[in-house]
This record gives sequence, structure tokens and C-alpha cells, in this order.
Amino acid sequence: MDIDWFQKIGNFGLTLLIVTVYGLFMGAFIERIIAKVQGRVGIPYTQPIINILQTLTRRTAISHGIMFYLGPVFRIAGGVGTLAFVPVIFGSETFSNFSGAGDLMLVIYFMFFGQLGMALGAGESGHPYAAIGIARGLSQMTAYEVPFALSVIAIVLQYDTLSITEIVAAQQGGWQHWTLFTNPIAVAAAMLAFLGMTGYSPFDIFLAPQEIPIGPPTEFHSAYLSLLQTNRALFGATKLVLFMNLFFGGATGWVELAIKTWAIYMVAIAVGVAFPRFRIDQSIRFFFKIPTLIGIASIVYVQMALVR
Amino acid sequence: MIKSLSTDATLANAGLSAEEQDLFSNARPTAYEPYSIKAVEDFANWCRANSLWILAFGTGCGAIELRPLMTARFDANRIGVAGRPTPRQASVFIIGGYSSVKTLKRIVRSYEQMQGPKFVIALGICPVNGGMYWDSYNTIKRLDQYIPVDLYITGCMPRPEVLVAGALELKKMIKEGRCDGANRYVENFDWYKANQKKVIKKWDMPDYNW
Amino acid sequence: MNSMLERLSKEFRVTDITERHPGLTTLTADKDVAETLLRELRDREGYTHLNFMTAIDYIERGVFTLVYMLHNYATKSTLSVHVNIDRVNAEMTSIHTLWAQAWTYQRELRELWGINFPGSPRVEEDFCLEGWEEIPPMRREFDTVEYCERTFTSREGRGTVNPREHMAEIIFPNRGGDK
Repeated sequence: MDIDWFQKIGNFGLTLLIVTVYGLFMGAFIERIIAKVQGRVGIPYTQPIINILQTLTRRTAISHGIMFYLGPVFRIAGGVGTLAFVPVIFGSETFSNFSGAGDLMLVIYFMFFGQLGMALGAGESGHPYAAIGIARGLSQMTAYEVPFALSVIAIVLQYDTLSITEIVAAQQGGWQHWTLFTNPIAVAAAMLAFLGMTGYSPFDIFLAPQEIPIGPPTEFHSAYLSLLQTNRALFGATKLVLFMNLFFGGATGWVELAIKTWAIYMVAIAVGVAFPRFRIDQSIRFFFKIPTLIGIASIVYVQMALVR
Repeated sequence: MIKSLSTDATLANAGLSAEEQDLFSNARPTAYEPYSIKAVEDFANWCRANSLWILAFGTGCGAIELRPLMTARFDANRIGVAGRPTPRQASVFIIGGYSSVKTLKRIVRSYEQMQGPKFVIALGICPVNGGMYWDSYNTIKRLDQYIPVDLYITGCMPRPEVLVAGALELKKMIKEGRCDGANRYVENFDWYKANQKKVIKKWDMPDYNW
Repeated sequence: MNSMLERLSKEFRVTDITERHPGLTTLTADKDVAETLLRELRDREGYTHLNFMTAIDYIERGVFTLVYMLHNYATKSTLSVHVNIDRVNAEMTSIHTLWAQAWTYQRELRELWGINFPGSPRVEEDFCLEGWEEIPPMRREFDTVEYCERTFTSREGRGTVNPREHMAEIIFPNRGGDK
């Protein structure tokens, strides 16, 4: 029994490492794609890793109190916790993590957890721009969680299970069994919510990556920032894996995973490079209107057509 | 980390009002040693050199030359240069040309809030010797009297190509470990403060902005 | 245009009406009628836009000349109203009631020339000099070079050249300049 747990934790560590490194390289790859759209060359592939090492090797770091330390820690705990309950490779004992019955609920809870911890940490920093970023980020999160939750409810009803592994298992046997084709309405609602989740334009006002109110991480620097950067790569990749599992049939190998997650990410990028930014009130109104209606429609569709 | 405050090493913070005294630290800055293992320090310097985060704070006319750096023509992202909006996260401070006394106050505040090791590039002739503001009542002549400068890019105005060349030169200097302005600032702290207070007459901020 | 200027010179004792070039006319008004004149120009004559206001220090005559540059969009003509005020007790009626943006100019004029505008919003606050302790720097008795050398540290090795000689001798040696 004990040996088994050690084995599982070791496997999870391996998954964590692979997903983080994959997330970092994919971040650079996506940045380069955006740069190509803008007619530039873009950052080197290793730039995200060098950035993390650079912030980690800063000699000075000041603190604003204990909660300020815990903000990034909670944030990365949210990322790691989310990954811990998402089976990464279907059918692989090594890369299925701690997935079990009801893990979908836990994962959705964990996706909130990091944001809330970050809100506490950024609030402790005392910077007004951090508070503005937190207010914007949490309100936008509340808005996009509604269509996402509706869509998740729809597929839970459809497959009659709360286990991600079983949802993936139900989609095996060819592309026509993917949720994308069996329940396209739920996928539409979830992908619209995904645009808000990734934080690319038009929903990037809460991060505002190059402007003076940078958002929640205004005061975070040095090692704190390197934690946040790591989490950004890890959490981004984890969300992609979750979406792939729920809607696009999961993956049986790393190559399939890479191709599918990249394709899902490209949806957000294609929208992001083409559309200007929403103000926060506009983005909240957007999420509460069409994506929410689509989400409700997906539940109705599941009840009418799929559930017997 | 803020070292514990010893009584003989605190700053007066005389410019602050009584209710603001408690809000700011009065500790002096401390010099930081490089890593004891040389290979680690070299590797850290290599990382710092390949990830130059510029503080997106435009002082003076030269700030207009920073914008084209990120565009398709010059694309400074290629060489690891990126803009960061807050001084906490930035590592390179580019002084874009002349600096009036009012701006100098903001420069000092922003520079002190940056986390070391931090590097300063002075752009244009004005921070070198005053440039065309040689006889101005409100423009400082030598920036290195007030904050330590690692690299000068002279010209009026230097074009973005020169900025790219300057960034490459700065990378070379960082890799050789020659840029230690933050520690120079700490070691000559009283001299810098005296110079700053000589020109900044309305000193209503803490003596060191953590 | 001319009828308006004639009426103004009669009603407001406006003097020195000069057409500098087509579209730009200058005139001088007395200090006590200046605000009424500006209001008349804005409300009746269509000079709705205040381009800028500034001051000129005529230390020889002992006056500051305030310049109000007005523009009429309909006739595309600019009118420059000059008002001479005493240099010792420099004070002028505030016109922020006519153009709201004027208070910024008045704050600047108070700081750089020492001209007071009673009642102008925030006129007492620092504008671009913070904690200035000398006489206002744009007054001509202020010795900028002396202040500069006293306050700022110079770098050694800076030379000066006469631009005309430099061009004649270095840049265009074959042309011989215009000597």
C-alpha cells in the first residue's frame, strides 16, 4: 500500500515536470506565432525558462507580510492541485495522476482556489493597481465560470459521471464520439469561456500585460514572480489538458496531447490577434449573454436529446 | 530581505510627516554579495543578460525611441528585451534623455524600488553632460551624480538601432559581471543622497524607497 | 474685421492695432478692460478658442506683457490681445471663467513669472518646479547660468564652438562660409 503511494507521488512529480516544461515551451511557441502575425521574429524558445531563472536569481527581494508570501504559493498550489486530479494520458497508469470518481468537481474547485489565494496575496501588497487587477480578474472569472459550469453540467448529464477518466473513456473509438461532435452546443459554450480563461485579447484587461496597471502581480518580483511565471505555464497547460479530456476525446500519447492542446490553444490565439480588447464591463456582459445562453441551451439539448 | 533594524543604521526620513513615518521603512539598503560559487554567479549573470526587462517609464524625449524597439522593424524581443510596467519586476532602467528635477525625483523613487541587480542605461547626450540643456535652471547635467549609470548611449537623438547595440553591449557587460550599480549605490549611499537632496528641494518622500 | 477693430478701439480704447500678416492681428488693451474685451471677443465676435496665454518680460519698461492668443474658426483669423501689467505688483484678473483651461496657464505664469491671478483654481500649487526657492526663473533678473553652476555639477571637457565659424572652417571649408 505504502509503496503504491510512493509510486503514485513519483509518477505525479514526473507528470508535473513534463507538463510544466511543455507549458513553458508551448508558451514560447505561441508567443512566436503571435509575433509572426505582427511581422516579428519573436522571443527565443528558451526565453520563458530564462525569464524564470532571471527572476529567481535576483539578489534582493522585499516582502509585504506573510500573506504576500502565501499569495504565489496558493497560486501554484491551485495549479498543482488542478493537475493532480486531471488524468493526462488516457489508459496510462503512470500519467493518470490521482484521478478518481468525482474528480471533475474537485478540479473545478481547484481552478478557483489559486485565483482567490492570489487575491489575498496581492491585496496584502497594498498597491492600488493590484487591487484594481484583482477586482477585474475576479469579476471576469465569475463571468466566464458561468458558461463553463453550465457546459460541464451538460456533459456530466450526458455521460452520467463525475469522473474525468470515464468521460474520456466514453469518447474513445473514433473522432465521431468526441463531445465536440456528440454535444457541440456544450463545447461552444466552453470554448467561449476558454477565451476568457486564457487571458488573451479581447479578455486581457485584468492582466494588461504591458501597461502600468499590470494587474494582480504589480508588487510581485524576484522569486515570487518566478513562482507565478511557473504557475502560468503549468496552469495554462493543465487547463488545456482538461479541455482536451472533456471535449476533444483525450489523448492516448504525448504526441496526440501536444497536437490537440496546441490546436485548442490556437482558438484563443486566433481570436486574440484579431480582436481588440474589451473593457471589463463589456466582457462581463458578453459572458452573461451569449455564452450563458448557449450553456443553458446545451443542458436543454442534453435533457431532450441525449439522456434517456 | 529587510535586515533587522539596528539603531545606528536607520535613516531619518525627515521629509515625511509624523503620520507617514510609520508607513515607510527607515532601514538603510545593504550591499549584496554575489553567489560564492563562481560558476553559479556566471550562470545567473547569463540569465540576467538574456532576459533584460526594461522599466516602461518614459523620461524625457528619448522615450519615444523605446517604442519602435518592440515593433516589427527592430523586434527587441529577439534578444531577450521585454518591457515590464512596474519597477519591482524590471531590471533595466533606460533614462530617455534629459531629466528635469521633477522627473529626477520620480527616477530616484523608481530606481530604488527596482530589485537588484539592476542596470541603468542613459540614453542621449543630456544625461552625460547636459546636452542642449547645459544652462537650464531645471535640468540636471550629470545623471551619474544621482544614480549609478552602467552604460551611456550618446547622441541627440540616438536611433533605435543604437539602443539595440547598447542592449547587446549591456548583455556583454552583465555576462562579464561588470554591472554592479546597485551595490555601488549602496556603498556610496550618503554621497548619492546628498547630491539628490541638493537639487530636489521638496523632499517629501522616505530617504530610501523600499 | 476692420469694422470690428474700429468698434473695439472706440469702445475699449484698444491701441496699437497691427496686422502682422494676413490672419494675425495684434492689439493692446488696458488692464482694467481686458477681461471685458476678451468676453466680448469670445461671445460676440466668434473668437471662441484660446490658443494659449503667456507673458513677456519687458524689464526695460518695467512691465510684463500678457499675451492672449485667440482664434476665430469661422474667419480663420487669429487675434493676439496684449495687456501690459506692472512688473512690481504683478497681478491680473483670472480668465478661468471664460476658458476653463486657462487656469493651467495661470498656474504656470505664477510659478515661472510670479504673476498672481487671484481666484484662479489651484494657482498656489507647484506646477513644474517643486519647492522652488529663488525668484521666478523666467524673470529676466534671474541669472540662469549662475544658478545652474551653483546647483548642478558640470562634466569636464565640454567645449563650445561658434556655429558660423565651425560651418565655415570644418563642415564647408571649400565654400569659405559667408565671410
